[in-house]
Amino acid sequence: MSRAVPFATNRLLDVKLPAVRSRIVMLLMAIAFIALAGRAIWLQLMTRDFLQKQGESRYGRTIELPASRGKVLDRNGLVLASSLPASAVWAVPEDVKATPEQLARLAKLLEMPEAELRRRVSADSDKTFVYLKRQVESDLAARVEALAIPGIHLRKEYKRHYPEGETLAHVVGFTNVEDVGQEGIELAQEKALAGRLGSRRVIRDRLGRIIEDVGILREPQDGHDLQLAIDSKVQYHAFAALRDAVREHRAKAGAVVVIDVRTGEVLALANLPTYNPNQRGQLSGAQLRNRVITDTFEPGSTMKPITLALALDRGVVTPQTVVNTAPGRLTIGSATIGDAHTYGALTVEQVLQKSSNVGTAKVALSMSPQRMWEMFTAVGFGQAPSMGFPGAVAGRVRPYKNWRPIEQATMSYGHGISVSLVQLARAYTIFARDGDMVPLSMVKAGAPAPGVPVIAPRTAQAVRKMLEMAAGPGGTAPKAQVAGYRVAGKTGTAYKQEGGHYVKRYIASFVGFAPVSDPRIVVAVMIDEPSAGKHYGGEVAAPVFSQIVGNSLRALRVAPDAPLSTQVIPDEPVEESL
Amino acid sequence: MTRLNLLLAGLLVVCALGLVTSQHRARRYFVELEHAQSQARQLDVHWEQLLLEQSGLAKASLIDAKARRGLSMQPISPERTLHLSVESSPEKTAMGAGR
Repeated sequence: MSRAVPFATNRLLDVKLPAVRSRIVMLLMAIAFIALAGRAIWLQLMTRDFLQKQGESRYGRTIELPASRGKVLDRNGLVLASSLPASAVWAVPEDVKATPEQLARLAKLLEMPEAELRRRVSADSDKTFVYLKRQVESDLAARVEALAIPGIHLRKEYKRHYPEGETLAHVVGFTNVEDVGQEGIELAQEKALAGRLGSRRVIRDRLGRIIEDVGILREPQDGHDLQLAIDSKVQYHAFAALRDAVREHRAKAGAVVVIDVRTGEVLALANLPTYNPNQRGQLSGAQLRNRVITDTFEPGSTMKPITLALALDRGVVTPQTVVNTAPGRLTIGSATIGDAHTYGALTVEQVLQKSSNVGTAKVALSMSPQRMWEMFTAVGFGQAPSMGFPGAVAGRVRPYKNWRPIEQATMSYGHGISVSLVQLARAYTIFARDGDMVPLSMVKAGAPAPGVPVIAPRTAQAVRKMLEMAAGPGGTAPKAQVAGYRVAGKTGTAYKQEGGHYVKRYIASFVGFAPVSDPRIVVAVMIDEPSAGKHYGGEVAAPVFSQIVGNSLRALRVAPDAPLSTQVIPDEPVEESL
Repeated sequence: MTRLNLLLAGLLVVCALGLVTSQHRARRYFVELEHAQSQARQLDVHWEQLLLEQSGLAKASLIDAKARRGLSMQPISPERTLHLSVESSPEKTAMGAGR
């Protein structure tokens, strides 16, 4: 371009401009375009990821997909525990701008002292986040939201409700504020019950509405519902009978377990003292303790049927073998054991019916310690029962190699050995079930598990007859009788041990089953330290058994197997030997 | 040539407008879907609430207390029970005989 550019034909404008000027303009424009292209390359290639992320964060949101915790149901489908949405009320103290009147209303809604609320939200607190109250029910949360105080916020969470309350507290347990199981089934089955939160990516418009689903990052998984073996009706009868007995005998504690003979399912399990899982203000260890499973005690006479069953099964004795229990005491080495009364010659049947320590010890001493140890182990003593429940204890059965004869004798009637109530109840299923045992189950079982034989069916039937005698008019527990049903069972009364010494406090127990013609339930009752005068198992625990069996069999619609007019309760029942 | 260009340009405008409306519709339907889903969730929660309430009202301890206090009912006792059996023999129907 050597020529000058003619601007116009007008001569006034016909100024010759130097060509270099237009070149400079061209060059500048070229530089500008190169800069633009460079910028484009920079944005498109070098910083693309960063920019896309920034852009997305301006309209995209990850939202949590809630997953609810599974329900706990009883065997008939009644809800025992269920989670409902609730809210946590929280505040950023710096942002809180409320009139005194608003604060007063908020304090009233949250049921907390106004001064306390004022202290928590005061701006000079060094916290940037405080929970004011957690697990607020949704209708109340709506009213808090309606106050619209700046700086006060709500967060969604879940609250667990337990409609059965204290009746089933020890079975179901409870969850903490984060909806995580802490006790009982809630803890044992945490994995199955807990839901897993999901999340997804969405695009929101300027009004905050979700307008597009970008994709699910993680599918939410609701927790599984869990159906327990517990029958709410049986549970209520067991709990009510236990509560009345503990009150009447001014006992320290009590425990009951009801087991379905055919399936090994736990139909009811109650403990006192108990608590309300919906209001857990102050909880003591005693209230939380599930005595049925986690407490062991010396069972006392309830052990006798096990010892005698072994002797019968081994052919050492027959039910009619005569044992001389006179003079009502037996000296082994330097120690002497005794009966409450002198009975003289008793058949093995009567030894159990009258609960003679001497008779049982004599029969036991004719067997080897190893045999007895094997029997105790076979019925589950000394091992924690595997029933899917936290804290199950094993109890204590010492190795047979260092049993001294006196120890073998006392163990035969339940001293020097410790078991839990659930172990005892399970052991009695061998008598209720023709000699075999099934594993226990807290959850509703499909098909009954096959039984493991422990003693011969004939032995089981013989002991069943003996236990029916023990729970009859001539036995230690006539008060265990139930109108309309034949019952069988054995009382136990034992001194408590404290610091290795026996003290003059008692544990009264009764373990039995009904109806004898075709046993359906095993019921074990334990009353700890009855202190209203009576302390024998036959006086304290047997009436509880009777009440539970009568009500439960009616609730389970089991046909009566006995005439109704034959119940005889003698004025002076046979006193139990301690 | 110019006419073809005009035609194509017109077509492009129509397509672009179609895209805009369909996108708008998709978003509107999506909002509706979200709304319906949240309603479903709310109904679920309500259902759970009702189940819980039912369990609470059907619990044995409450019925027992209401029967005792409200209706002054008494638990059955053997003395006041009349059992009927099909092969009714005089021993099996006992009333007032038990202790």
